[in-house]
Amino acid sequence: MERRAYYRNGWLPWLLIGPQLILVLVFFYWPTTQALYWAFTLEQPWGGGNTWVGLDNFLAIFRDREYWTTVVRSAFYAIVTTGLSMTVALTLAAFVDRSLKGTRFFQSVYVWPYAIAAPAAGVAFRFIFAPESGLIGSINAIWPGIWNPAINGFHALAMVIVCHAWLGIGYNFIFFLAALQMIPRSITEAGAMDGARPFQRLIDLQLPLIAPTAFFLLIMNLISSFTDSFGLIDVMTEGGPIGQTEVMVYKIYFDGFKGLDYSGAAAQSIVLMLLVIGLTFVQFKWVERRVHYN
Amino acid sequence: MKRSMLLGATLLASTALFAAAPASAATKFEFWYGLSGDLSERIQDMCKTFNASQTDYEIVCVSQDNYDNNLQNTIAAFRANKQPTITQIFDAGTLDLMLSNAYVPVRQLMEENGYQIDWSNYFSGIASYFSTSKGELLSMPFNSSTAQIYYNTDALAKVGFEGIPETWSQVEDVARKMKAAGYDCPVAFDPAGAWQWFEQFEAVHNQPIATNGNGFEGLNAEMVVSKGKFVDQLTWIKKMYDEGLFVHKSKDAGETANDAFVNGKCQITSSSVADHGTFGKQAKEGVHWTNAMLPLLDGFSRTNSLVGGASLWTLKGKSAEEYKGAAAFYAFLATPEQAEWWSTVTGYIPVTNTGFEAMKAKGFYDAAPYKGRELAIASLTATPPTENSRGIRLGNYASIRAEMVKTIQAVLFNNVPVQQALEEFDAKGNEILRRFEATYAGQELL
Repeated sequence: MERRAYYRNGWLPWLLIGPQLILVLVFFYWPTTQALYWAFTLEQPWGGGNTWVGLDNFLAIFRDREYWTTVVRSAFYAIVTTGLSMTVALTLAAFVDRSLKGTRFFQSVYVWPYAIAAPAAGVAFRFIFAPESGLIGSINAIWPGIWNPAINGFHALAMVIVCHAWLGIGYNFIFFLAALQMIPRSITEAGAMDGARPFQRLIDLQLPLIAPTAFFLLIMNLISSFTDSFGLIDVMTEGGPIGQTEVMVYKIYFDGFKGLDYSGAAAQSIVLMLLVIGLTFVQFKWVERRVHYN
Repeated sequence: MKRSMLLGATLLASTALFAAAPASAATKFEFWYGLSGDLSERIQDMCKTFNASQTDYEIVCVSQDNYDNNLQNTIAAFRANKQPTITQIFDAGTLDLMLSNAYVPVRQLMEENGYQIDWSNYFSGIASYFSTSKGELLSMPFNSSTAQIYYNTDALAKVGFEGIPETWSQVEDVARKMKAAGYDCPVAFDPAGAWQWFEQFEAVHNQPIATNGNGFEGLNAEMVVSKGKFVDQLTWIKKMYDEGLFVHKSKDAGETANDAFVNGKCQITSSSVADHGTFGKQAKEGVHWTNAMLPLLDGFSRTNSLVGGASLWTLKGKSAEEYKGAAAFYAFLATPEQAEWWSTVTGYIPVTNTGFEAMKAKGFYDAAPYKGRELAIASLTATPPTENSRGIRLGNYASIRAEMVKTIQAVLFNNVPVQQALEEFDAKGNEILRRFEATYAGQELL
């Protein structure tokens, strides 16, 4: 028996996927090709025309020492943000999964940060971390000058990373919790009967079993920390001080919109896109091999 | 949301107008500007007055929050052929507009619509910033300002300084005495203020920022900041910062330099004369202050300072009727009553000689709260504009300015040697300029 469903007339399937296709073409492929075209030309900001320059835009950004600093900084940002966010979320999920007291309450509370818009969280964190008046800034009263994101680039970067990681915790938490609850109780109970303590069970039983979820979250978090940091940085530091919180996506915004260098920004977008595609590809190729579904 | 509310408000205002005078439908045109808060309210007032003053045109004024946004949105709108008739562009965007081929020169616009304007009446320092190198004014001077230094007069009196410091070495002297007298923050300093601390410093000392007369003579100008007096000045600022005489104040640090000054925490700050009115309103009870022209290095005489703020550009691609409306609006702005009102409610300076003289004759500058604002005019007109003080005509100058902010931060916070930092700044500036030159390859500066 033919198990495959198919349509008798040729145009109906196209009609059905049409709306989706149009959306993707208009909002993804069209801007991407436009950016690709600009990346190989010098585009006048007011649209007066452009000249074909081949690979010049790419060579210019690759020659720029500052650009490479931005790339390294973005990688650092992505790794630390992802690591921090996933570790905290997993810890919280593991506790909630153990049905401790108040589980139901925490179950919903931990998701809240995800519902907060990044710029709003950015403003709140800026106040919390403000060197002169903020909550964290009050440690300056004990050790003067120990915390100052306004003049110390590393402090500023740490501040943005903590905020970004915090925003992601809710999302990661809900996935981890769902995955943990999918594990049959009998397995955990069997482990307990063999004398494994909760932490041991987490490492030996639960983690391998939720590996597919962890892998999915790893990809989502890495992509998000490469591409979604713009709003936060714009609100919290505007790339400063001394440009030390400027990551790739913020540099694209600054060069393109503030610096009116559309072509340079387009070339940087293409590089960022290739980087994210490459990263995802590598993860599917190498990391996924170690993940066992079922 | 904000925009639709504003639109709603203007619509309401205009329907009220029509009810009063059921004339033929007025020609509508848009004006986008980059100011917000109190200044935005004043512009809305101005638009209402214009709409009420005649029945042929109706201006719709839309705030885009800040200069950057307004420039970005204007460009996006222009590319989509949905541009406003008039847009407000800040000083640093002047060359970007000049080469855009997207505007109608204001002189041409006014002539074609039958207005006789005496262009020589505009302060030469203002006109030169927005004119071609041959002197043709391209955009309408609108909100003009220049940099000033502000002193807390009680603090000056407490350390026994007679009068007002006029040189940077006097500033150093009083700052040191203030520190000794127990003031934590003698001078508030924000590296983001590259406009007053760097650009204006270069102008009043007649120092070039770039070759070709700061870019006026061609797109192939090169940065020369690391070869001029600003090296000494930045070295001095660093020394003052390290001694705790200049204190870092910024939005990121929790309090802006201006706020620290009006709260009485810092005793000296440098800012635009446009803040004169704000300081007057916000100064804490018991804080007495005055403004003065920027101090000089020893052995220098004053050259005119640069005009800051923004001007109005008329964009291409609109109907003849809309251009008539724009010309009528400019003529309305230039009326003495309107010029005086604008200068009174904002703190921006009048832009014409006759406007200034008329206000002076009326005694506007004789008493608080407006006393002191005339110093801005004195600073702007100290000398006829020189090659180095008529303006800055460098491509993507907003980016170069941002690089200067980073440079000052690197020197202050990361102890990068001044000479090296400024040489790197020049190199980055040159990269930006060469890129701009390549983008507009084959175009000549007017």
